Amino acid sequence: MLRITCPWCGERDEIEFRYRGDASQRRPEDAAAMEAFNAYVYERDNLCGWHTEWWLHVGGCRKLLKVIRHTLTHEIRSVSGAAEAPSRAPQAER
Amino acid sequence: MSRPHPSHPAARRSPSGRYSLWRLLREGVRGQRGWSPAWRKATPRERYRVVIVGAGGHGLATAFYLASEHGITDVAVVEKGPIGLGNVARNTAIIRSNYLDPENIRFYEFSLKLWEGLERTLNFNAMVSQRGTLNLFHTEAQRDLFTRRANQMRLLGVDAEEVSRATVRRLVPLADLDNGRYPVLGGLLQRRGGTVRHDAVAWGYARAASAAGVDIIEHCEVTGIRREGARVAGVETVRGFIAADTVCLAVAGHSSVLAAMAGVRLPIETHVLQAFVSEAVKPVLDVVLTYGAGHFYISQSDKGGLVFGGHIDGYNSYAQRGALPMAEEVAAAAVTLLPGVARLRVLRQWGGVMDMTMDGSPIISKTPLPGLILNGGWCYGGFKAIPAGGFTTAHLIARGTPHPVAAHLGLERFAAGRTVDERGVGPFPYLQ
Repeated sequence: MLRITCPWCGERDEIEFRYRGDASQRRPEDAAAMEAFNAYVYERDNLCGWHTEWWLHVGGCRKLLKVIRHTLTHEIRSVSGAAEAPSRAPQAER
Repeated sequence: MSRPHPSHPAARRSPSGRYSLWRLLREGVRGQRGWSPAWRKATPRERYRVVIVGAGGHGLATAFYLASEHGITDVAVVEKGPIGLGNVARNTAIIRSNYLDPENIRFYEFSLKLWEGLERTLNFNAMVSQRGTLNLFHTEAQRDLFTRRANQMRLLGVDAEEVSRATVRRLVPLADLDNGRYPVLGGLLQRRGGTVRHDAVAWGYARAASAAGVDIIEHCEVTGIRREGARVAGVETVRGFIAADTVCLAVAGHSSVLAAMAGVRLPIETHVLQAFVSEAVKPVLDVVLTYGAGHFYISQSDKGGLVFGGHIDGYNSYAQRGALPMAEEVAAAAVTLLPGVARLRVLRQWGGVMDMTMDGSPIISKTPLPGLILNGGWCYGGFKAIPAGGFTTAHLIARGTPHPVAAHLGLERFAAGRTVDERGVGPFPYLQ
Protein backbone atom coordinates (compact mmCIF):
# COMPACT_ATOMS: atom_id res chain seq x y z
CA MET A 1 0.00 0.00 0.00
CA LEU A 2 1.52 3.30 -1.09
CA ARG A 3 1.26 6.55 0.83
CA ILE A 4 2.13 9.47 -1.44
CA THR A 5 2.91 12.87 0.08
CA CYS A 6 1.33 15.34 -2.32
CA PRO A 7 3.15 18.72 -2.13
CA TRP A 8 -0.26 20.45 -2.05
CA CYS A 9 -2.47 18.07 -0.04
CA GLY A 10 -0.10 16.18 2.26
CA GLU A 11 0.23 12.44 2.78
CA ARG A 12 -2.57 10.52 1.06
CA ASP A 13 -3.46 6.93 0.29
CA GLU A 14 -2.67 5.51 -3.19
CA ILE A 15 -6.37 5.11 -4.01
CA GLU A 16 -6.60 8.91 -4.45
CA PHE A 17 -4.08 8.77 -7.28
CA ARG A 18 -4.04 7.46 -10.81
CA TYR A 19 -0.82 6.07 -12.24
CA ARG A 20 0.28 7.66 -15.53
CA GLY A 21 3.48 5.77 -16.32
CA ASP A 22 7.18 6.42 -16.82
CA ALA A 23 8.06 10.12 -16.46
CA SER A 24 11.49 9.83 -18.02
CA GLN A 25 10.16 9.42 -21.57
CA ARG A 26 10.92 12.49 -23.72
CA ARG A 27 9.01 13.27 -26.89
CA PRO A 28 11.41 13.50 -29.85
CA GLU A 29 11.58 16.54 -32.09
CA ASP A 30 8.91 16.57 -34.81
CA ALA A 31 11.55 15.91 -37.48
CA ALA A 32 13.06 12.95 -35.63
CA ALA A 33 13.31 9.51 -37.25
CA MET A 34 10.52 6.94 -36.92
CA GLU A 35 12.73 4.80 -34.64
CA ALA A 36 12.83 7.66 -32.14
CA PHE A 37 9.04 7.83 -32.10
CA ASN A 38 8.79 4.06 -31.76
CA ALA A 39 11.10 4.22 -28.76
CA TYR A 40 9.07 7.08 -27.27
CA VAL A 41 5.64 5.51 -27.70
CA TYR A 42 6.44 1.85 -26.99
CA GLU A 43 9.82 1.17 -25.43
CA ARG A 44 10.50 1.54 -21.70
CA ASP A 45 13.53 1.12 -19.45
CA ASN A 46 11.19 -0.71 -17.03
CA LEU A 47 13.75 -0.47 -14.24
CA CYS A 48 13.91 -2.83 -11.31
CA GLY A 49 15.04 -0.08 -8.96
CA TRP A 50 14.46 3.68 -8.68
CA HIS A 51 11.82 4.73 -11.18
CA THR A 52 10.62 8.24 -12.07
CA GLU A 53 6.88 8.18 -12.78
CA TRP A 54 3.76 10.28 -13.16
CA TRP A 55 0.89 10.13 -10.66
CA LEU A 56 -2.26 12.22 -11.12
CA HIS A 57 -3.87 13.26 -7.84
CA VAL A 58 -7.30 12.64 -9.31
CA GLY A 59 -9.06 12.33 -5.95
CA GLY A 60 -7.44 15.48 -4.55
CA CYS A 61 -5.93 18.60 -6.10
CA ARG A 62 -5.86 17.05 -9.62
CA LYS A 63 -2.22 18.07 -10.06
CA LEU A 64 0.14 15.83 -11.99
CA LEU A 65 3.02 14.73 -9.75
CA LYS A 66 6.47 13.40 -10.50
CA VAL A 67 7.31 10.61 -8.05
CA ILE A 68 10.59 8.72 -7.60
CA ARG A 69 9.73 5.26 -6.27
CA HIS A 70 11.62 1.97 -5.95
CA THR A 71 9.86 -0.69 -8.01
CA LEU A 72 11.04 -3.56 -5.81
CA THR A 73 10.55 -2.11 -2.31
CA HIS A 74 7.90 0.52 -3.24
CA GLU A 75 9.80 3.09 -1.12
CA ILE A 76 9.08 6.65 -2.26
CA ARG A 77 12.06 8.98 -2.29
CA SER A 78 10.67 12.16 -3.75
CA VAL A 79 7.38 13.76 -4.83
CA SER A 80 7.32 17.02 -6.75
CA GLY A 81 5.18 19.02 -9.15
CA ALA A 82 5.29 18.02 -12.80
CA ALA A 83 7.30 21.03 -13.92
CA GLU A 84 9.84 20.97 -11.08
CA ALA A 85 13.06 19.02 -11.37
CA PRO A 86 12.86 16.35 -8.67
CA SER A 87 15.83 15.56 -6.48
CA ARG A 88 17.50 13.06 -8.80
CA ALA A 89 17.73 9.43 -7.84
CA PRO A 90 21.26 8.12 -8.13
CA GLN A 91 21.10 6.03 -11.32
CA ALA A 92 23.80 3.60 -10.31
CA GLU A 93 21.97 2.62 -7.14
CA ARG A 94 19.48 -0.20 -7.46
CA MET B 1 -0.94 -27.89 -37.20
CA SER B 2 1.15 -30.85 -36.10
CA ARG B 3 0.99 -32.31 -32.64
CA PRO B 4 3.74 -34.15 -30.85
CA HIS B 5 3.26 -37.88 -30.93
CA PRO B 6 1.16 -38.99 -27.95
CA SER B 7 3.72 -41.44 -26.64
CA HIS B 8 6.89 -39.62 -27.51
CA PRO B 9 10.12 -41.54 -26.80
CA ALA B 10 11.23 -38.62 -24.62
CA ALA B 11 8.66 -39.58 -22.03
CA ARG B 12 9.22 -43.33 -22.42
CA ARG B 13 12.97 -43.17 -21.88
CA SER B 14 12.73 -41.25 -18.63
CA PRO B 15 15.17 -42.55 -16.00
CA SER B 16 12.31 -42.19 -13.55
CA GLY B 17 10.53 -44.89 -15.55
CA ARG B 18 7.12 -44.80 -17.13
CA TYR B 19 4.34 -43.66 -14.83
CA SER B 20 1.21 -45.82 -14.94
CA LEU B 21 -1.61 -47.12 -12.80
CA TRP B 22 0.20 -50.48 -12.62
CA ARG B 23 3.35 -48.76 -11.33
CA LEU B 24 1.33 -46.83 -8.76
CA LEU B 25 -0.26 -50.03 -7.45
CA ARG B 26 3.08 -51.85 -7.38
CA GLU B 27 4.77 -49.03 -5.46
CA GLY B 28 1.78 -48.90 -3.14
CA VAL B 29 2.40 -52.43 -1.94
CA ARG B 30 6.21 -52.07 -1.95
CA GLY B 31 6.30 -49.08 0.38
CA GLN B 32 6.93 -46.46 -2.36
CA ARG B 33 10.64 -47.33 -2.45
CA GLY B 34 10.95 -47.73 -6.22
CA TRP B 35 10.62 -44.11 -7.28
CA SER B 36 13.59 -42.11 -8.51
CA PRO B 37 13.96 -38.33 -9.14
CA ALA B 38 11.88 -37.16 -12.10
CA TRP B 39 14.69 -35.12 -13.69
CA ARG B 40 18.48 -34.92 -13.54
CA LYS B 41 20.16 -32.13 -11.60
CA ALA B 42 22.67 -31.12 -14.26
CA THR B 43 25.87 -29.12 -13.86
CA PRO B 44 26.66 -26.61 -16.60
CA ARG B 45 28.91 -27.57 -19.51
CA GLU B 46 31.06 -24.97 -21.29
CA ARG B 47 29.00 -24.75 -24.44
CA TYR B 48 25.48 -25.55 -25.68
CA ARG B 49 23.71 -25.03 -28.95
CA VAL B 50 20.81 -23.39 -27.11
CA VAL B 51 20.69 -21.85 -23.63
CA ILE B 52 17.21 -21.05 -22.32
CA VAL B 53 17.09 -18.60 -19.43
CA GLY B 54 14.23 -19.36 -17.05
CA ALA B 55 12.97 -22.82 -16.03
CA GLY B 56 9.32 -21.91 -15.78
CA GLY B 57 6.50 -23.19 -17.95
CA HIS B 58 7.60 -21.53 -21.19
CA GLY B 59 11.33 -22.21 -20.78
CA LEU B 60 10.86 -25.90 -19.98
CA ALA B 61 8.21 -26.33 -22.70
CA THR B 62 10.56 -24.71 -25.23
CA ALA B 63 13.33 -27.13 -24.22
CA PHE B 64 10.99 -30.11 -24.50
CA TYR B 65 9.70 -29.18 -27.96
CA LEU B 66 13.23 -28.42 -29.20
CA ALA B 67 14.06 -32.03 -28.34
CA SER B 68 10.81 -33.69 -29.40
CA GLU B 69 9.92 -31.71 -32.53
CA HIS B 70 13.32 -30.68 -33.85
CA GLY B 71 15.76 -33.24 -32.42
CA ILE B 72 17.82 -30.51 -30.74
CA THR B 73 18.97 -31.86 -27.37
CA ASP B 74 22.16 -29.83 -26.90
CA VAL B 75 20.13 -27.51 -24.72
CA ALA B 76 20.50 -26.08 -21.21
CA VAL B 77 17.74 -24.45 -19.19
CA VAL B 78 19.29 -22.21 -16.53
CA GLU B 79 17.24 -21.04 -13.57
CA LYS B 80 17.96 -18.56 -10.77
CA GLY B 81 16.34 -20.73 -8.06
CA PRO B 82 14.60 -24.10 -8.15
CA ILE B 83 12.44 -24.79 -11.23
CA GLY B 84 8.82 -23.76 -11.53
CA LEU B 85 8.66 -21.26 -8.67
CA GLY B 86 8.05 -18.15 -10.77
CA ASN B 87 4.85 -17.28 -12.59
CA VAL B 88 4.05 -20.92 -13.42
CA ALA B 89 3.40 -21.31 -9.70
CA ARG B 90 1.75 -17.90 -9.28
CA ASN B 91 -1.30 -17.99 -11.52
CA THR B 92 -4.91 -19.14 -11.33
CA ALA B 93 -4.23 -22.13 -13.63
CA ILE B 94 -6.95 -21.33 -16.19
CA ILE B 95 -6.87 -22.57 -19.80
CA ARG B 96 -9.17 -21.26 -22.55
CA SER B 97 -9.09 -19.86 -26.08
CA ASN B 98 -12.03 -17.42 -26.01
CA TYR B 99 -10.22 -14.44 -27.51
CA LEU B 100 -11.55 -11.85 -29.96
CA ASP B 101 -8.61 -11.16 -32.25
CA PRO B 102 -8.52 -13.94 -34.91
CA GLU B 103 -4.74 -14.31 -34.70
CA ASN B 104 -4.93 -14.66 -30.92
CA ILE B 105 -7.81 -17.17 -31.18
CA ARG B 106 -5.67 -19.35 -33.49
CA PHE B 107 -2.68 -19.15 -31.18
CA TYR B 108 -4.57 -19.92 -27.95
CA GLU B 109 -6.65 -22.63 -29.66
CA PHE B 110 -3.40 -24.29 -30.76
CA SER B 111 -2.38 -24.16 -27.10
CA LEU B 112 -5.69 -25.62 -25.92
CA LYS B 113 -5.31 -28.53 -28.37
CA LEU B 114 -1.83 -29.22 -27.01
CA TRP B 115 -3.23 -29.14 -23.45
CA GLU B 116 -5.78 -31.75 -24.49
CA GLY B 117 -3.03 -34.23 -25.35
CA LEU B 118 -0.39 -33.03 -22.91
CA GLU B 119 -0.60 -35.74 -20.29
CA ARG B 120 -0.11 -38.53 -22.85
CA THR B 121 2.70 -36.56 -24.50
CA LEU B 122 4.55 -36.05 -21.21
CA ASN B 123 3.41 -39.21 -19.38
CA PHE B 124 2.67 -36.94 -16.43
CA ASN B 125 -0.63 -36.25 -14.71
CA ALA B 126 -1.15 -32.49 -15.04
CA MET B 127 -4.81 -32.83 -14.03
CA VAL B 128 -6.09 -31.07 -17.13
CA SER B 129 -9.75 -30.52 -16.27
CA GLN B 130 -11.99 -29.23 -19.07
CA ARG B 131 -14.77 -28.07 -16.80
CA GLY B 132 -15.69 -25.12 -19.02
CA THR B 133 -15.14 -21.38 -18.78
CA LEU B 134 -18.21 -19.20 -18.43
CA ASN B 135 -17.99 -15.43 -19.05
CA LEU B 136 -21.02 -13.54 -17.80
CA PHE B 137 -22.59 -10.51 -19.45
CA HIS B 138 -24.74 -7.93 -17.72
CA THR B 139 -25.97 -5.48 -20.37
CA GLU B 140 -27.43 -5.69 -23.87
CA ALA B 141 -24.32 -4.00 -25.28
CA GLN B 142 -22.14 -6.58 -23.60
CA ARG B 143 -24.34 -9.34 -25.04
CA ASP B 144 -23.62 -7.97 -28.52
CA LEU B 145 -19.88 -7.98 -27.83
CA PHE B 146 -20.00 -11.55 -26.58
CA THR B 147 -22.10 -12.65 -29.55
CA ARG B 148 -19.48 -11.15 -31.82
CA ARG B 149 -16.74 -12.94 -29.89
CA ALA B 150 -18.61 -16.26 -30.02
CA ASN B 151 -19.18 -15.88 -33.77
CA GLN B 152 -15.53 -15.01 -34.31
CA MET B 153 -14.51 -18.13 -32.39
CA ARG B 154 -16.93 -20.40 -34.26
CA LEU B 155 -15.77 -19.04 -37.61
CA LEU B 156 -12.33 -20.34 -36.69
CA GLY B 157 -13.66 -23.73 -35.60
CA VAL B 158 -13.44 -23.09 -31.85
CA ASP B 159 -16.28 -24.14 -29.54
CA ALA B 160 -18.34 -21.27 -28.14
CA GLU B 161 -21.90 -21.24 -26.85
CA GLU B 162 -24.01 -18.31 -25.84
CA VAL B 163 -26.02 -19.50 -22.86
CA SER B 164 -29.18 -18.11 -21.30
CA ARG B 165 -29.76 -16.84 -17.80
CA ALA B 166 -31.53 -20.10 -16.96
CA THR B 167 -28.46 -22.09 -18.01
CA VAL B 168 -26.20 -19.82 -15.95
CA ARG B 169 -28.49 -20.43 -12.98
CA ARG B 170 -28.19 -24.19 -13.48
CA LEU B 171 -24.39 -24.09 -13.97
CA VAL B 172 -23.68 -21.72 -11.09
CA PRO B 173 -26.42 -21.92 -8.44
CA LEU B 174 -24.18 -19.90 -6.14
CA ALA B 175 -24.31 -16.75 -8.29
CA ASP B 176 -26.66 -13.84 -7.60
CA LEU B 177 -28.18 -13.20 -11.02
CA ASP B 178 -30.49 -10.44 -9.84
CA ASN B 179 -28.03 -7.84 -8.64
CA GLY B 180 -29.82 -4.47 -8.87
CA ARG B 181 -27.08 -2.78 -10.81
CA TYR B 182 -25.46 -5.64 -12.72
CA PRO B 183 -28.07 -8.36 -13.31
CA VAL B 184 -26.72 -11.40 -15.16
CA LEU B 185 -28.33 -11.65 -18.61
CA GLY B 186 -26.42 -14.70 -19.82
CA GLY B 187 -22.97 -15.95 -20.61
CA LEU B 188 -20.43 -17.14 -23.13
CA LEU B 189 -19.51 -20.75 -22.43
CA GLN B 190 -16.43 -22.49 -23.78
CA ARG B 191 -16.84 -26.07 -22.61
CA ARG B 192 -13.28 -27.05 -23.54
CA GLY B 193 -11.82 -24.40 -21.24
CA GLY B 194 -10.87 -25.32 -17.69
CA THR B 195 -7.98 -25.62 -15.26
CA VAL B 196 -4.68 -27.47 -14.93
CA ARG B 197 -2.54 -28.31 -11.91
CA HIS B 198 0.07 -25.66 -12.59
CA ASP B 199 3.09 -27.11 -10.73
CA ALA B 200 2.69 -30.38 -12.60
CA VAL B 201 3.10 -28.50 -15.88
CA ALA B 202 6.62 -27.40 -14.91
CA TRP B 203 7.48 -30.82 -13.47
CA GLY B 204 6.06 -32.74 -16.42
CA TYR B 205 7.92 -30.70 -19.03
CA ALA B 206 11.12 -30.81 -16.91
CA ARG B 207 10.95 -34.59 -16.62
CA ALA B 208 10.31 -35.12 -20.32
CA ALA B 209 12.95 -32.57 -21.41
CA SER B 210 15.53 -34.02 -19.02
CA ALA B 211 14.82 -37.54 -20.28
CA ALA B 212 15.44 -36.32 -23.84
CA GLY B 213 18.90 -35.05 -22.84
CA VAL B 214 18.26 -31.42 -21.92
CA ASP B 215 20.32 -30.09 -18.97
CA ILE B 216 18.19 -28.36 -16.34
CA ILE B 217 20.53 -26.26 -14.22
CA GLU B 218 19.06 -24.83 -11.04
CA HIS B 219 20.57 -22.09 -8.86
CA CYS B 220 22.35 -20.65 -11.88
CA GLU B 221 21.39 -16.97 -12.05
CA VAL B 222 22.26 -15.14 -15.25
CA THR B 223 24.25 -11.98 -14.49
CA GLY B 224 25.12 -10.88 -18.01
CA ILE B 225 24.69 -11.63 -21.70
CA ARG B 226 27.94 -11.70 -23.63
CA ARG B 227 28.09 -10.66 -27.26
CA GLU B 228 30.85 -11.28 -29.79
CA GLY B 229 30.80 -8.82 -32.64
CA ALA B 230 27.19 -8.42 -33.68
CA ARG B 231 26.00 -11.78 -32.25
CA VAL B 232 25.16 -13.23 -28.89
CA ALA B 233 27.96 -15.44 -27.54
CA GLY B 234 26.50 -16.84 -24.33
CA VAL B 235 25.46 -16.01 -20.79
CA GLU B 236 27.48 -15.02 -17.74
CA THR B 237 26.11 -16.85 -14.71
CA VAL B 238 26.94 -17.18 -11.02
CA ARG B 239 28.37 -20.59 -12.00
CA GLY B 240 30.57 -19.22 -14.77
CA PHE B 241 30.27 -18.37 -18.46
CA ILE B 242 28.17 -20.68 -20.66
CA ALA B 243 28.68 -20.29 -24.41
CA ALA B 244 25.70 -20.72 -26.73
CA ASP B 245 24.79 -20.24 -30.39
CA THR B 246 21.30 -19.15 -29.36
CA VAL B 247 20.13 -17.64 -26.09
CA CYS B 248 16.39 -17.65 -25.41
CA LEU B 249 14.89 -15.52 -22.67
CA ALA B 250 11.81 -17.07 -21.05
CA VAL B 251 11.69 -14.94 -17.92
CA ALA B 252 8.35 -13.12 -18.22
CA GLY B 253 8.12 -10.51 -15.46
CA HIS B 254 11.85 -9.84 -15.75
CA SER B 255 12.25 -9.76 -19.56
CA SER B 256 13.26 -6.08 -19.51
CA VAL B 257 15.97 -6.72 -16.90
CA LEU B 258 17.52 -9.59 -18.90
CA ALA B 259 17.12 -7.81 -22.26
CA ALA B 260 18.87 -4.74 -20.80
CA MET B 261 21.92 -6.98 -20.22
CA ALA B 262 22.02 -7.37 -24.00
CA GLY B 263 21.40 -3.66 -24.60
CA VAL B 264 17.84 -4.29 -25.85
CA ARG B 265 14.91 -2.10 -24.76
CA LEU B 266 11.47 -3.72 -24.84
CA PRO B 267 7.88 -2.43 -25.16
CA ILE B 268 7.11 -3.84 -21.71
CA GLU B 269 6.32 -2.62 -18.20
CA THR B 270 6.42 -4.96 -15.22
CA HIS B 271 3.29 -4.99 -13.07
CA VAL B 272 2.10 -7.10 -10.15
CA LEU B 273 -1.01 -9.28 -10.30
CA GLN B 274 -2.51 -10.84 -7.20
CA ALA B 275 -4.40 -14.07 -6.67
CA PHE B 276 -6.23 -15.51 -3.70
CA VAL B 277 -7.32 -18.89 -2.34
CA SER B 278 -10.10 -19.41 0.18
CA GLU B 279 -10.34 -22.17 2.74
CA ALA B 280 -11.48 -25.49 1.28
CA VAL B 281 -15.20 -26.19 1.01
CA LYS B 282 -17.32 -28.92 -0.57
CA PRO B 283 -17.82 -28.69 -4.36
CA VAL B 284 -19.78 -25.50 -5.10
CA LEU B 285 -18.42 -24.34 -8.44
CA ASP B 286 -17.58 -26.64 -11.34
CA VAL B 287 -16.83 -24.09 -14.07
CA VAL B 288 -14.31 -21.30 -14.36
CA LEU B 289 -16.48 -18.23 -13.90
CA THR B 290 -15.67 -14.67 -14.95
CA TYR B 291 -17.59 -11.59 -13.98
CA GLY B 292 -18.50 -9.12 -16.72
CA ALA B 293 -19.09 -6.07 -14.54
CA GLY B 294 -15.59 -5.99 -13.11
CA HIS B 295 -12.31 -7.77 -13.56
CA PHE B 296 -12.83 -10.98 -11.59
CA TYR B 297 -12.45 -14.72 -12.25
CA ILE B 298 -12.93 -17.69 -9.98
CA SER B 299 -12.73 -21.46 -10.00
CA GLN B 300 -12.64 -24.20 -7.39
CA SER B 301 -9.50 -26.27 -6.99
CA ASP B 302 -9.61 -30.03 -6.59
CA LYS B 303 -8.68 -29.53 -2.93
CA GLY B 304 -11.81 -27.40 -2.50
CA GLY B 305 -10.35 -23.91 -2.17
CA LEU B 306 -11.86 -21.17 -4.30
CA VAL B 307 -9.08 -19.72 -6.47
CA PHE B 308 -9.73 -16.18 -7.66
CA GLY B 309 -8.13 -13.00 -8.88
CA GLY B 310 -8.69 -9.62 -10.48
CA HIS B 311 -6.76 -6.93 -12.27
CA ILE B 312 -3.11 -5.84 -11.97
CA ASP B 313 -2.36 -3.39 -9.16
CA GLY B 314 -1.68 -0.77 -11.81
CA TYR B 315 1.83 0.63 -11.33
CA ASN B 316 5.32 -0.64 -12.23
CA SER B 317 6.40 -3.19 -9.64
CA TYR B 318 8.85 -6.05 -9.33
CA ALA B 319 7.59 -6.88 -5.82
CA GLN B 320 6.01 -10.34 -5.82
CA ARG B 321 3.27 -9.19 -3.48
CA GLY B 322 0.17 -7.08 -3.91
CA ALA B 323 -1.39 -4.07 -2.19
CA LEU B 324 -4.69 -3.83 -0.36
CA PRO B 325 -6.74 -1.60 -2.72
CA MET B 326 -6.86 -4.33 -5.39
CA ALA B 327 -7.51 -7.00 -2.74
CA GLU B 328 -10.53 -4.96 -1.64
CA GLU B 329 -11.77 -4.56 -5.22
CA VAL B 330 -11.45 -8.29 -5.88
CA ALA B 331 -13.28 -9.12 -2.64
CA ALA B 332 -16.04 -6.66 -3.55
CA ALA B 333 -16.51 -8.31 -6.96
CA ALA B 334 -16.51 -11.75 -5.33
CA VAL B 335 -19.31 -10.99 -2.88
CA THR B 336 -21.33 -9.06 -5.48
CA LEU B 337 -21.38 -12.02 -7.84
CA LEU B 338 -21.30 -14.84 -5.29
CA PRO B 339 -22.75 -13.48 -2.03
CA GLY B 340 -22.18 -16.81 -0.27
CA VAL B 341 -18.40 -16.51 -0.43
CA ALA B 342 -18.56 -13.60 2.03
CA ARG B 343 -18.63 -16.27 4.74
CA LEU B 344 -15.37 -17.85 3.61
CA ARG B 345 -11.95 -16.82 4.82
CA VAL B 346 -9.04 -16.13 2.49
CA LEU B 347 -6.38 -18.72 3.20
CA ARG B 348 -3.57 -17.41 1.02
CA GLN B 349 -2.81 -14.44 -1.18
CA TRP B 350 0.18 -13.91 -3.44
CA GLY B 351 1.48 -11.70 -6.22
CA GLY B 352 3.35 -12.43 -9.40
CA VAL B 353 5.10 -9.94 -11.65
CA MET B 354 3.91 -9.67 -15.24
CA ASP B 355 5.48 -8.45 -18.45
CA MET B 356 2.70 -6.05 -19.50
CA THR B 357 3.19 -5.24 -23.17
CA MET B 358 2.07 -2.11 -24.97
CA ASP B 359 -0.75 -3.91 -26.80
CA GLY B 360 -1.69 -6.58 -24.28
CA SER B 361 -0.42 -9.43 -26.48
CA PRO B 362 2.72 -11.54 -25.95
CA ILE B 363 6.06 -11.47 -27.76
CA ILE B 364 7.71 -14.52 -29.36
CA SER B 365 10.40 -13.02 -31.47
CA LYS B 366 13.94 -12.51 -32.60
CA THR B 367 15.48 -9.38 -31.08
CA PRO B 368 17.77 -6.67 -32.46
CA LEU B 369 20.70 -8.79 -31.17
CA PRO B 370 21.14 -11.77 -33.56
CA GLY B 371 20.99 -15.09 -31.71
CA LEU B 372 18.90 -13.69 -28.86
CA ILE B 373 15.30 -14.95 -28.86
CA LEU B 374 12.56 -13.58 -26.64
CA ASN B 375 9.59 -15.49 -25.23
CA GLY B 376 7.88 -12.95 -22.98
CA GLY B 377 5.33 -10.19 -22.67
CA TRP B 378 2.71 -12.66 -21.47
CA CYS B 379 0.74 -9.99 -19.60
CA TYR B 380 -1.51 -12.00 -17.25
CA GLY B 381 -2.23 -14.74 -19.81
CA GLY B 382 0.96 -16.74 -19.93
CA PHE B 383 -0.16 -19.91 -18.19
CA LYS B 384 -2.73 -21.05 -20.75
CA ALA B 385 -0.19 -20.35 -23.50
CA ILE B 386 2.60 -22.57 -22.14
CA PRO B 387 2.31 -25.46 -24.65
CA ALA B 388 1.88 -23.18 -27.68
CA GLY B 389 4.48 -20.71 -26.39
CA GLY B 390 7.04 -23.47 -25.98
CA PHE B 391 6.10 -25.12 -29.28
CA THR B 392 6.34 -21.94 -31.34
CA THR B 393 9.47 -20.63 -29.56
CA ALA B 394 11.19 -23.96 -30.28
CA HIS B 395 10.13 -23.60 -33.91
CA LEU B 396 11.60 -20.09 -34.08
CA ILE B 397 14.89 -21.24 -32.54
CA ALA B 398 15.21 -24.36 -34.71
CA ARG B 399 14.00 -23.01 -38.05
CA GLY B 400 14.85 -19.33 -37.74
CA THR B 401 11.38 -18.34 -38.89
CA PRO B 402 8.25 -17.78 -36.78
CA HIS B 403 5.71 -20.59 -36.49
CA PRO B 404 2.56 -19.67 -38.49
CA VAL B 405 0.31 -19.40 -35.41
CA ALA B 406 2.77 -17.06 -33.66
CA ALA B 407 3.89 -15.01 -36.65
CA HIS B 408 1.86 -12.02 -35.43
CA LEU B 409 3.76 -11.90 -32.12
CA GLY B 410 7.04 -10.44 -33.42
CA LEU B 411 8.69 -7.43 -31.77
CA GLU B 412 8.69 -5.58 -35.08
CA ARG B 413 4.91 -5.23 -34.97
CA PHE B 414 5.14 -2.13 -32.77
CA ALA B 415 7.33 -0.06 -35.09
CA ALA B 416 5.38 -1.36 -38.09
CA GLY B 417 2.02 -0.28 -36.64
CA ARG B 418 0.67 -3.85 -36.58
CA THR B 419 0.00 -4.11 -32.85
CA VAL B 420 -2.29 -6.97 -31.74
CA ASP B 421 -4.46 -4.74 -29.62
CA GLU B 422 -6.70 -7.34 -27.94
CA ARG B 423 -8.30 -4.78 -25.62
CA GLY B 424 -8.05 -1.78 -27.89
CA VAL B 425 -6.72 0.69 -25.32
CA GLY B 426 -3.46 1.73 -26.95
CA PRO B 427 0.10 1.80 -25.58
CA PHE B 428 -0.76 1.95 -21.86
CA PRO B 429 0.30 -1.28 -20.13
CA TYR B 430 -1.31 -0.25 -16.84
CA LEU B 431 -4.69 -0.19 -18.63
CA GLN B 432 -4.28 -3.49 -20.50
